[in-house]
Amino acid sequence: MAKSIAQEFTKGLWDEIPPFRLVLGLCPVLAVTKTVENGIGMGLATTFVLVCSNILVSSLRKVIPAKVRIACFIIIIATFVTVVELVMQAYAYPLFLKLGIFIPLIVVNCIVLGRSEAFASKNGVVRSLADGLGIGVGFTLSLAALGAVRELFGSGTLTIWESSIQIFGPSFEPFTFMVEAPGAFVCLGLMLCIMNLLGKK
Amino acid sequence: MGDYILLAISCILINNILLAQYLGNCPFLGTSKKMETAVGMSMAVVFVLVMAGVITWIVNNYVLVKFDLVYLRTIAFILVIASLVQFVEMFLKKSIPTLYAGLGIFLPLITTNCAVMGVCLINVNEEYTFVQALVTSFSYAVGFGLALILFAGVRERIILARVPRPLQDTSIGLVTAGVLSLAFFAFKGWV
Repeated sequence: MAKSIAQEFTKGLWDEIPPFRLVLGLCPVLAVTKTVENGIGMGLATTFVLVCSNILVSSLRKVIPAKVRIACFIIIIATFVTVVELVMQAYAYPLFLKLGIFIPLIVVNCIVLGRSEAFASKNGVVRSLADGLGIGVGFTLSLAALGAVRELFGSGTLTIWESSIQIFGPSFEPFTFMVEAPGAFVCLGLMLCIMNLLGKK
Repeated sequence: MGDYILLAISCILINNILLAQYLGNCPFLGTSKKMETAVGMSMAVVFVLVMAGVITWIVNNYVLVKFDLVYLRTIAFILVIASLVQFVEMFLKKSIPTLYAGLGIFLPLITTNCAVMGVCLINVNEEYTFVQALVTSFSYAVGFGLALILFAGVRERIILARVPRPLQDTSIGLVTAGVLSLAFFAFKGWV
């Protein structure tokens, strides 16, 4: 059954939401979600790369020879990652510093390559655009949610656009476990568990 | 010499690439269900990571910096890694078939392992010398193997335990990784 373009978009928001349904691209998810802001920034950067590479891959899908397709996809992705890198360096320098090596590492984020291979190389341009946008928005939402939980318990604040809001008041003792590496794993594991509880499967 | 040992210890234990730097987590969860696959993946990573670390260091310092092309670093590094993996695969297939059979499907998967690309970028960002880059690449790879094999051992036991249904598979895997990461956390402040 062929899906409508709207369905291609919405499937990324729940049915195939990364990184919960598709357990791919975990490294940036764990590393940059210390605050909500970093999570959103990373999500937007990944969305841009995802959408652009999906469009280019799907429009070139009849030209790229099957044998060297992975290499071609990687070069296309790397090009857009470089674009994001340079743009962020110019216009969002503090965020660029915070995300550090995870910006160039979008190249090896399995979600991006996975969508090129599994979807864009087999579907038309408009569909691939909807798919990339859906998965990208889903990824951004997941990062923001994980970032919110970790920041709320880890430091008692929520940071949006450089301004921190105290949520729990001054007497709150920060639960630093949550902003450190172990908290990232445990928190993502528990969120996955909640998703499983809510989901049909 | 003492400096290099200190650097190695800090890369293997304190800044463990999987559990403290959050790099290479996809294969960490993907290949840790069985001990065999974990060992295969660790070997492949040690092999490729050391070579990639050395070659990208040379490319960066003698090509990119020299000709003022640093903005092409991401593209250059991923190309080096992808072609290196391809080359290693063909070389092993011809000359050491037993090792090739052992590494199996893990070799091609390494191209998208962010541990490899991540270590190459760390080497360049920290402006390490050649020997330092060699030592870090090797120690990060050993740390990767250590964490992956430990985790696979724990995961093989979890199969026998009765895990609540929503927590099964990846979910309990992540929580376990958290506990393991907490254990490695204890090394902080050691050096």
